[in-house]
Amino acid sequence: MRGILASGVGDPAVNITIFAFFVIVTLIIVVMVSGSNRSTNDYYAGGRNFTGWQNGIAIGGDYLSAASFLGIGGLIALYGYDGFLYSIGFLVGWLLVLLLMAAPLRNTGRYTTADVLDLRLRDTRVRGASAISTMTISLFYLLAQMAGAGALVSLLLGVSGAVGQLVVVAVVGIAMLCYVLVGGMKGTTWVQIIKASILAAGTVIITLWVMTKTGFNFSGLLAHAVGASPDGKAVLGPGLLYGGGASAHFNFVSLALALVLGTAGLPHLIMRLYTVPDAAEARRSVVWTVWLVGIFYLCTLVLGFGAMWLVGDKAILGAPGKSDSAVPLLAYKLGGTLLMGGVAAVAFATILAVVAGLTITASASFAHDVYAGVMRRGNADPRDEVRVARIAALVIGLVAVIGGFLARNIDVAFLVALAFAIAASANLPTVVYSLFWRRFTSRGALWSIYGGLVSSVGLIIISPVVSGSTNPASPSLITDPHVNFAFFPLSNPGIVSIPLAFILGWLGSVTDTVPADNARFARIQVRALTGVGAERSTRG
Amino acid sequence: MSVTQSARRVSAYEVVHASREFRTLRRRFSEFAVPAVVAFLCWYFLYVCCAAFAPGLMETQVSGDVNVGLCFGVGQFASTFLVTIAHLRWGRRRFDAQSTRLRVRLEQGRRR
Repeated sequence: MRGILASGVGDPAVNITIFAFFVIVTLIIVVMVSGSNRSTNDYYAGGRNFTGWQNGIAIGGDYLSAASFLGIGGLIALYGYDGFLYSIGFLVGWLLVLLLMAAPLRNTGRYTTADVLDLRLRDTRVRGASAISTMTISLFYLLAQMAGAGALVSLLLGVSGAVGQLVVVAVVGIAMLCYVLVGGMKGTTWVQIIKASILAAGTVIITLWVMTKTGFNFSGLLAHAVGASPDGKAVLGPGLLYGGGASAHFNFVSLALALVLGTAGLPHLIMRLYTVPDAAEARRSVVWTVWLVGIFYLCTLVLGFGAMWLVGDKAILGAPGKSDSAVPLLAYKLGGTLLMGGVAAVAFATILAVVAGLTITASASFAHDVYAGVMRRGNADPRDEVRVARIAALVIGLVAVIGGFLARNIDVAFLVALAFAIAASANLPTVVYSLFWRRFTSRGALWSIYGGLVSSVGLIIISPVVSGSTNPASPSLITDPHVNFAFFPLSNPGIVSIPLAFILGWLGSVTDTVPADNARFARIQVRALTGVGAERSTRG
Repeated sequence: MSVTQSARRVSAYEVVHASREFRTLRRRFSEFAVPAVVAFLCWYFLYVCCAAFAPGLMETQVSGDVNVGLCFGVGQFASTFLVTIAHLRWGRRRFDAQSTRLRVRLEQGRRR
């Protein structure tokens, strides 16, 4: 797998060695920390014994994907201010999780979002619908990460042939399955903690390194970046990425809506709330996550403008991976081959860990909701359930490897933004209604989940990101301009599908022939706010 | 679990739900969460709309090369951090003790 990088910088052997070191060390740790993982409590929730700060850092590890690390830094390096807008939505969305969801969800669920809906509505159809939306969101997110792995390969490992890329994506898939199958939630959580720590450390080191070059003068850094960019002062204001006509503005507002509401609907983050002993600890974990994620995104501002100044537009656009290569190139410029190897390894570790978190979530949703909840009507043997979850993880891993290989040319940020839009449409409204609205019914839940899912995915299909885009700046899946079925002008469906899902949830409930169950509303509210009857940790 | 058993348990929740103590707890939950959610969403969308529709305002210089847009953006980070600090304080002062007291009482009542 050795070869000369197309950009002529870095040494693939160094990159691969550092990455292999990470994989081996984490695998040893996973084997050491994980017990038998035979009960559902151990496999899905790590025994619910993690402390707030451990889980908070692990959530950060799940959240800060390669799209954040390489993607946002690269967008800032090319477009300046508009790249920063992404990170604000990604951070502010956490407040919704903290204020409305963290403690109530920990108190009312066992492992999945569907558990919360089931406590409120006791309806297998709703459990099935919630499982479908959970698996759809996880799969889109998974494909995004795997596609990102494929793209990174050509950039950092010097592997550009299709076979070579397939091999690397397969290696990522196998390592990820080892984490999930051997470690369960406990092992995966430790991988997240380690990964988030080295990601944060690496980011802070490069940030400080850039700042020393300007004598810790941020305005000076901006002046250098402005001087180096062909867009000049325009990089300091909005508009380079989302500028243009009115549709571009609404597109941006739509994206902003999906980002701020999507976080609270992402199933792999919600599932992490169940790995701590109680609601107060769940709240504390989210606070840790907010600080970790916030400081990380503030650092990407320095990384991005630093790359704009020290690497420059031309070198970034000339490298394979384009904007994604900005941060690795910056690392090379600052610390040479070794630092770039470190960044490459961090990027791969990031993908590996996020993929593991998504796989465990999707497999839990299949085994716990579809197999045990719907097919066995809640009467499955827990050991069978864990066995089914493991088989599901294998299948999902295989789908991710093949899908990621096929999707390797699709823009990563687009797939992630789509997952956020689906999460905000199909997942968030039903959870909010279940916890806080007395008149919510099964019909409302079904209308909201399926309406949100179909409208968000459907609008994407008839949008310019799939067909007929002739704009070279925003490439579409089908590049032939004659094949054009882009009837919906925006590339993010959030501004339509999110309000629609909320309205459908309301309309379905008020028109339902079966009235809402007051007793169940009373039960979920009392449990959500007091924690009575909440799942306990397996020890202590 | 038989039907009558579950019916009895559920109605016990309804009694608690209507009790003054629980209503106080719920009010305390909303008195922080609702205004905070409304405020941060308004503040966030004000920012988003300024970025989309008033780029001129965002490009106004503040000091050196730092402009309004950058301060506004970093302000979003600052407000997020402030809300999390305030939320922890609220939990310690207004919510957690009450919530635990009610939970312990409910669990003892159920055991009897």
